[in-house]
Amino acid sequence: MIAGLAVALLALPNFVAPYFMHLLIQILLWGFVYTSWSIMGRFGFVSLGHGAFMGIGAYVPALLWNYAGLTPWIGIPVGIGFAVLLALIVGYPCFRLKVVGHYFALVTLALSQVVMLSIVAARDVTGGSLGFTPKAVGHSWYALQFPEKVYFYGISLALWFGGLAVWYWIDCGIGREALDAISEDEEAAGSVGINVIREKLRVTLISAALTALGGAIYGQYMMYLNPETVSGIAVSLQIVFAAIVGGTYAAVGPTVGALLTISLNEGLRVAFGTNFIGAANTIYGILLVLFIIFMPRGIVGMIQDAMKGSRRGKAVFYSAIRRPSSADQ
Amino acid sequence: MDIYLLEAIINGILLGGVLAVLALGLNLIFGVIDVVWIAYADLVMCGMYLIYYLNVELNWPLLLACAVAIAWVAALGVLVHVLIIAPILGSAPINQLLATGGLLFFLQSFATLLFGTDFRNIGVRLPIIELSGIYVSSARLLAFAVAVAGAIALYFFLRRTFVGTAIRAIAQDRDIVGLMGVDQRHIYLVTSAIGGALAGLAACLLILQYDVHPFIGNTFGPLIFMICVLGGLGDMIGGFVAAFVMSQIIAIGGYYFSTELSYVFAFTFFIVLMFVRPRGMFSR
Repeated sequence: MIAGLAVALLALPNFVAPYFMHLLIQILLWGFVYTSWSIMGRFGFVSLGHGAFMGIGAYVPALLWNYAGLTPWIGIPVGIGFAVLLALIVGYPCFRLKVVGHYFALVTLALSQVVMLSIVAARDVTGGSLGFTPKAVGHSWYALQFPEKVYFYGISLALWFGGLAVWYWIDCGIGREALDAISEDEEAAGSVGINVIREKLRVTLISAALTALGGAIYGQYMMYLNPETVSGIAVSLQIVFAAIVGGTYAAVGPTVGALLTISLNEGLRVAFGTNFIGAANTIYGILLVLFIIFMPRGIVGMIQDAMKGSRRGKAVFYSAIRRPSSADQ
Repeated sequence: MDIYLLEAIINGILLGGVLAVLALGLNLIFGVIDVVWIAYADLVMCGMYLIYYLNVELNWPLLLACAVAIAWVAALGVLVHVLIIAPILGSAPINQLLATGGLLFFLQSFATLLFGTDFRNIGVRLPIIELSGIYVSSARLLAFAVAVAGAIALYFFLRRTFVGTAIRAIAQDRDIVGLMGVDQRHIYLVTSAIGGALAGLAACLLILQYDVHPFIGNTFGPLIFMICVLGGLGDMIGGFVAAFVMSQIIAIGGYYFSTELSYVFAFTFFIVLMFVRPRGMFSR
């Protein structure tokens, strides 16, 4: 089934119009960013600071390209490096001093504001809130710029698969049990010999690095950066919410979140036109509240629960047939 | 001292008054129910739009519009608690923050739907007062006075009345309070209503100084959360002082550098202080 899906995804560019191509690329790129967030978010480390990492990842390579002529092949790793460094500077003291729950959310929220406002404040270099356009050179591997959408479709597909792979790698790795224990009870996890700070820092840095990479490719694809759309509170909240709506406990959850939110947005835009600019987010906001109250595990989590529930139901049924006495105990 | 710097400092103190009013109600909710209403500043936005609508579109007198707005935001506060917070009061605190985040999206886009993204004001501007070369906005002076009066009134309410005592008790230990004959659900409702009313009061003061637009909450929202945490949750006096510290950082930073950088300093200050003094600036 997975192989079939892969073939279908690879063959898709031959059949769809450029507009749907654009939507697909958006879904894959944002799906990758949301997956990156959920790598730490699924353990209950809710960061509202991922806008900061995405902003750095997007702006650093673009600035280096425009002002120093440095190829994004070097610029992107440099940007990722900065994002990881920032995650380390803020993450280490947070984990060391046990800043958790909504305090952690507020510290990371401040972080995303610091990065966004710094970009705006450095308007002489970054163009401030007017945005920033990387110098276009047409089709070039050196500049990582492709006017044809199919190239970025390939790149974002690869990125998205990579994100899922990292998700599975952490899910199957030895640290996963430790992280689960930490998310249940930090003190207890520490007392049985888990290095709480190291485990938390590890997923945080991986998550920050991938988010920065997502930001960089997003910038290369859009060829326009705006502090409001790649950093700051709005982006941070968008990341968190889409991941939660999709479900952070399954690998494809955040992608489902991206698919749902982007199609909802586009669908309402096409249906109502731009007169109802707020309509999409109005519905989105209500959905979010309902999701968090009634389905905190997200769409994919809910489907999994339903399937598990029916399986468990069958198991109970069969065991009741075989040994009626066990039901009485 | 440079007269412009002095002006910046005085305006910083007065901005602190505005922030203190905003932080007052949030502090009550944050400290008592222990829930982060991330959409708190957007409730203020709702109040501002109502005042604008009643005063400009329906030609109501401003004071009446303000009074209605306070009651309306108080009712909104109760609704937020009943519809969003109460069903998930038992789950992880972060879920409550995220649910009110959904509310933030809803309120901002609903306001866009109703009023568009235009900046609107009520056309009333209080005079600028000149004191030996220093210009001071009287709207900010008013906000400052109301903040002080509000803080004092809230202090006496919390100290001298039964409900106030119950609110303080619930902030200390929410499980034991029930055994002492206090109905927690009732106290949560009262707290949400007072928190909402204070947001309405803040809306009355803000509409005199700022144009209202759907995203005005983003200007103040993050800042007032940080003020509450810096002051120590539920600590009204601490929150008050923290509002002035933050506003001074913004005013002086804005004088020497730029507005955006001054906010960068304020947020960085918050992050650093969370590491140095996680329980607030004045914790012992």
